[in-house]
Amino acid sequence: MSTTTVAHHDEHADHPTGIMRWLTTTNHKDIGTMYLTFALIMFLVGGSMILAIRAELFQPGLQLMNPDFFNQLIGVHALVMIFAALMPAATGFANWMIPLQIGAPDMALPRLNNWGFWLLPPAAILLTLPFTLALFGIGDGALATGWTFYPPLSVQGGIGVDFAIFSVHLLGISSVLGSINVIVTIFNMRAPGMTLMKMPMFVWGWLITAFLLIATIPVLAGAVTMLLTDRHFGTHFFDAAGGGDPILFQHLFWFFGHPEVYILLLPVWGFIPQILQTFSRKPMYGYKAQVYSFWGIGALSVIVWAHHFFTAGLPVPALLYFMYSTMAISLPLAVLFFCWIKTMWKGSMSFETPMLFTVGWVILFGIGGLTGLVLADVAADAQYHNSYFIVAHFHYTLFAGGIMGIMAGVYYWLPKMTGHMYNEKLGKTHFWLTAISFNLTFIPQFFLGLAGMPRRIPDYALQFAEFNMISTVSAFVLGLSQLLFVYIVITCVRGGKKASDQVWEGAQGLEWTLPSPPPYHSFTEQPVIK
Amino acid sequence: MLMQGLKKIGLGLLLAMVTMVAYADYSWNFPEPVTPMALDTLHVHNKFMLIAIAIFFAVLAIMVYSIFAHRKSKGFKSVADKAPSTAMEIFWTLVPFAILLLIDFVIMGIPAYHSVIMMEDTRNKSEMVIKVTGSQWRWQYEYMDGDAQGIKFVSNLSTNDKQMHNEEEKGENYLLEVDNPLVLPVGVKVRILMTATDVLHNWWVPQFGSSRLAVPGFIRETWVQVDKPGVYRGQCKELCGKGHGYMPVVVNAVSKEEYQAWVAAKKEESAKANAGADKEWTKEDLVAEGKKVYEKNCAVCHQVSGAGLPPAFPALTGSKITTTPTFGADGKYLPDSHMDRVLNGVRMMPAWKAVLSDTEIAAVITYERNALGNNVGDVVQPSQVKAARQ
Repeated sequence: MSTTTVAHHDEHADHPTGIMRWLTTTNHKDIGTMYLTFALIMFLVGGSMILAIRAELFQPGLQLMNPDFFNQLIGVHALVMIFAALMPAATGFANWMIPLQIGAPDMALPRLNNWGFWLLPPAAILLTLPFTLALFGIGDGALATGWTFYPPLSVQGGIGVDFAIFSVHLLGISSVLGSINVIVTIFNMRAPGMTLMKMPMFVWGWLITAFLLIATIPVLAGAVTMLLTDRHFGTHFFDAAGGGDPILFQHLFWFFGHPEVYILLLPVWGFIPQILQTFSRKPMYGYKAQVYSFWGIGALSVIVWAHHFFTAGLPVPALLYFMYSTMAISLPLAVLFFCWIKTMWKGSMSFETPMLFTVGWVILFGIGGLTGLVLADVAADAQYHNSYFIVAHFHYTLFAGGIMGIMAGVYYWLPKMTGHMYNEKLGKTHFWLTAISFNLTFIPQFFLGLAGMPRRIPDYALQFAEFNMISTVSAFVLGLSQLLFVYIVITCVRGGKKASDQVWEGAQGLEWTLPSPPPYHSFTEQPVIK
Repeated sequence: MLMQGLKKIGLGLLLAMVTMVAYADYSWNFPEPVTPMALDTLHVHNKFMLIAIAIFFAVLAIMVYSIFAHRKSKGFKSVADKAPSTAMEIFWTLVPFAILLLIDFVIMGIPAYHSVIMMEDTRNKSEMVIKVTGSQWRWQYEYMDGDAQGIKFVSNLSTNDKQMHNEEEKGENYLLEVDNPLVLPVGVKVRILMTATDVLHNWWVPQFGSSRLAVPGFIRETWVQVDKPGVYRGQCKELCGKGHGYMPVVVNAVSKEEYQAWVAAKKEESAKANAGADKEWTKEDLVAEGKKVYEKNCAVCHQVSGAGLPPAFPALTGSKITTTPTFGADGKYLPDSHMDRVLNGVRMMPAWKAVLSDTEIAAVITYERNALGNNVGDVVQPSQVKAARQ
């Protein structure tokens, strides 16, 4: 395929301009860009919420907000970060990269793709609108139950809970539509010769994520709908007085909630070996082992949910089963870690920003994984559960393991997407600021948890003051460093050194055979894989 | 100029942090365990953490070596991985798997198994039973058997509002102090039955190593055996609404003799209170008593002034419930009246009949009708509350 034919084709790609282009687009790259932009905006929204919380926790006593508003911020922060930042970021990459990596012109179901994206802004508005309504005296603010919606507290809550339930419905529909699109695309539109076992790891990660989403989102949708009918239509699914059980909700919620962790992580686990092989200048180690590990983790993730509520009073056999099955996740995860490190081993490594983020990711996600293994122990979990220890643990998996992984991907593919190189020096500064302030934010929280500070409290005893102060100062550095990221991305989109087609010396895969930026309809002629 | 200013601020902040680090009383691990369960938990935790930390640093060392040795800038040329022979592949797959299985299910799995069995064995050798009930936002304790049978009381946060709003210096046990601590004898295994009246709560004292969800409508169990006398503090660990951070647990563990003396004193106190229920009270006494009850139990939501926090928590000042008659012509209380609300609750308003005594309920109703900006003028006697309960 020559560049002249591409240019010729682009001239005739008739699409509306201005706002109508974005509203009506069915192009995978346009939609991917919208997903990524939306994710970045919501990442900043969710981040501001948590900085308000950290400011309140800077010192003991109530300084900035009342406890009810505090409770609203913590729950909405989590929902925004998980559903409106991390998941859309992963879906944005799916849209951009899956067609490029498997040699397809576009996603299989472009109109569905457009609809999947445009469900997100209304969902985000629903989630945050109650804050604004409360200012005008309507209702008493957003969901104040934490992101887990546990009844009976959520049955007792105000209209914020209803808004959040409908928001989750919309986000769920969007995710299922996106997943169907990914599965159909992968199974039908691979270039000739690209067998399943030749697919890039990112495509594998997303395929399993898509199956997990389709398996678990309906359960969440059902659970929150039961909650809605308990609130308004007199059912008693979660009310003991009517023969229900509040713990039933926890089972349903975490049947979704635990696979959700892997839904967020599997696409990132796809980035990692691809970036490592590029900057180690040698092919990734153990491709097959990684693919089988993905399947293993996907399967295990749906049978370990009850370790999220060991203290709820489960029978002994259930405690033992969920403890041992949770520990078993360490087996496929150890295989992945081994393959990642073996890919680096005896490579010819250079440390551009994507590689820095990836190596930092492997180390920090390792801390998240190992503390997860310790948490599986039922007896010690009685202490860790709902303390700051667990808060630190899941930020190692979801901030380091999720967001820092996404950032590695952004730096890796941004030159391909925009056709410009980003500012390398600023990128490296962003990495070091992020990595250091992240650790200084969350390491103190491990110790707070061990010392006995519960999560979700607006004020605390004096013995917790010093660690909270360190954590707050570092959180502000972490938050402000992300503005640098925004600046780097914007300047890279607007201009900069022209990126070559190959971009990185060691990059392998179909996306690097296209020009940077790729033409509007990616592969107009199918590439053939030998 | 700006940079210099920033540097000064940065340096000041750094200095403040360094001095803080030097003087702070840090705790790096679980607090001192005082029950067999907490001791066991600490051992398991230490062991697992050591294993995790050892694995982490071993792997990190390999990575760091590779990062420094296998660099392009040092001229290192990449060496492609060669496919191993089948025998080697099987060996190198099985050995790490075997090591990992050993760590997971033997070195960690077996002690964890014993801990679980110990933790869930609430009945063997237990000598007394206590029922703990969580409500928004207080704990209620009831002694179910032995000499102490029938003793029950409510335990409220005793830190005052001014400390929370930084208008007064914070006390040593800020937010971890209560009016009536739970009193337990040392060295006795106590079976604890756990329930809740409204939403989920979790009764947690870090030094006891036990934590169990209190589920409304269900009884859950755990146990404690405090081996060392002392005052132990913890708090609710399950988000339970706006007062979640204000529901501490304080346990006073005392010798068996002191415990017996406490039981006797507590019995006498409740006998006196029962006697009070039969006498006729004056309005002034009721209002004075009611003020105490109100500020302890009701002011969290309805506020000390009675203004409430609408819309969730309505005002009592000038409200329909506190200003219209509570008894009908036949002497029985009316539905949706003041008495009905306090006894039985509605939606977020808890039912107080199981928590407060006749005298306390009579006093608090009288107080709410004749103070907080209300002036209805009527009086509710403890005997009327007693009758209303039937």
